[in-house]
Amino acid sequence: MRRRLADFLPLLVIWLPLLINVAHVVGFTAWTTWLSFTSSDLLPEYDWAGLRSYNAVLRSENTVVAYINLVLYGVGFVGLTTLAGFVLAVLIDQRIRAENLLRTIYLYPLAVSFVVTGTAWSWLFNPAQGIQKFVRSLGWADFRFDWIIDRDLAIWTIVIAAVWHGTGFAMALFLAGLRSIDPDLHKAAQIDGAGPARYYLRIAAPTIWPVAISVLVILLQFAIKTFDLVRAMTGGGPGIATTLPAVVVYDFMFQRAQLGRGSAAAVLLLLSLVAVLLPYYLYAHWRARRERAAHG
Amino acid sequence: MGEALRPGRWLLYAVLIGFAGFTLLPLVVVLLNSFRTAVEITRTSVIGWPAGLAWQNWTTAWSGYCIAQRCEGIQPYMVNSFLLVIPATILSTALGAIAGYSISLWRFRGDNIVFAIVVMGVFLPEQMKLIPWALVLRDLGLSNTISALVLIHTVQGMSFTTLFCRNYYIGIPPDLLKAAKVDGAGYFRTFWRIILPISPPIIIVTVIWQFTGIWNEFLYGVTFTTGAQQPVTAALIAIATTPATDLVEYGIQSAAVILAALPTLLVYFLGGRYFLRGLTAGAIK
Repeated sequence: MRRRLADFLPLLVIWLPLLINVAHVVGFTAWTTWLSFTSSDLLPEYDWAGLRSYNAVLRSENTVVAYINLVLYGVGFVGLTTLAGFVLAVLIDQRIRAENLLRTIYLYPLAVSFVVTGTAWSWLFNPAQGIQKFVRSLGWADFRFDWIIDRDLAIWTIVIAAVWHGTGFAMALFLAGLRSIDPDLHKAAQIDGAGPARYYLRIAAPTIWPVAISVLVILLQFAIKTFDLVRAMTGGGPGIATTLPAVVVYDFMFQRAQLGRGSAAAVLLLLSLVAVLLPYYLYAHWRARRERAAHG
Repeated sequence: MGEALRPGRWLLYAVLIGFAGFTLLPLVVVLLNSFRTAVEITRTSVIGWPAGLAWQNWTTAWSGYCIAQRCEGIQPYMVNSFLLVIPATILSTALGAIAGYSISLWRFRGDNIVFAIVVMGVFLPEQMKLIPWALVLRDLGLSNTISALVLIHTVQGMSFTTLFCRNYYIGIPPDLLKAAKVDGAGYFRTFWRIILPISPPIIIVTVIWQFTGIWNEFLYGVTFTTGAQQPVTAALIAIATTPATDLVEYGIQSAAVILAALPTLLVYFLGGRYFLRGLTAGAIK
């Protein structure tokens, strides 16, 4: 018996933490999903209320605005970040001076929290104290840059701050991709008389498109999860003009104390994430299988 | 390539330097403001060169500024964040290294499923876990404690650390392990004598990743702690939303923002190489 225990203990040390991690991923997902079908309000109830919470969430104006915002913000942020990251990577790839310095500068935002990012940018965007006032003080008396208090434009201030945060990341991945291209390809292109534009569009871009897809997916899943940045920059305002799905979940759960609806909103958030990640997973699976087939 | 681009080379540098300016703008602005007085900033704008060096911004931000009715500055919240980030980083890295080693080198039935769930944990939004965590923490008697955040970040962090370590250990040649087994080395001895000595690169990457992620995390901190127990990210939000009296203390708030960002910035500037490696390891897979 003692021997049994001695055998058992190391197994526990090895597997228990992993077991807890796996259980928390599966169990908590199931738990929240379950709550989304109950009539939970201030406290969790374990009854059955069908799709009542989902109906309420989907009919709420906050949800509608949040998902419209997510589309605008997702397209704007992911598009601009990917484009800027790719352009910077190509430019850095031109055997420039001070490459390390520039790379260090582009990447540092990644080490900065979204709370800090949002706070700093909210000061710059604040028309009464920020860029608008500064430019006016230079003599351009009717300069206007008040997007952050404009219901229609405020979401774009979030986009700018997020692009600021993410471009270095996209640049780093694209640059790693460009540097992994066989140098002989580069030389062969030069011998063929292909100019740089031709090289990057015809040879480099097709070679690194898997990197581009990774960048797009990572940025997109990040966009869906964005919460801190909005909280720090606008608090979702003016009104609810900059609210996003992740903010709506939090509002339902902790501002209005409607746990059932909050859970339903969280499940919807998860589903939007799955909508992005599942095709990517299938694509990655397909690519891996094709590569295995190609290599025999 | 360089030759062909030479006529446009000035444009190339203009774009690169222009974007560097955009990237540095918030940091420079906040840094300069941390040396300007509130009166000075309100009279002009948040963009400006300091008239003098208002060092008192820093001392006030550190230990005197009122955050949610407590006038002890940002210092106690920085302490909270360190009390949270140090144990959580060490625990999640250590457990992740062992789990990654188990998954990658000690194949067992269902190991693929376990690994798939670990990866899912990386992507699962925190919002899906908020209510369960709140209920579990209440049952464990850990509500509103820093220990609760350590627990959460250790359990959740294992998804990342296990993924990183597994992807690193999977590249170890099987012959190395066979040799160890022939020598009669068991699970722990193999880990201790063979795996750990070749692990420093991935351990450094993982520690940097966890430290940065946990220090910067906000949602759990603001949801599960209040008042004196909050980490610095949550306290910063409280600073920025402190009801504006007649004068917004931009100078002091700027110093507080820099102080809160300093630990992860230092990690980035000291370990930049590993920082980047962590990103690419996590992304290109």
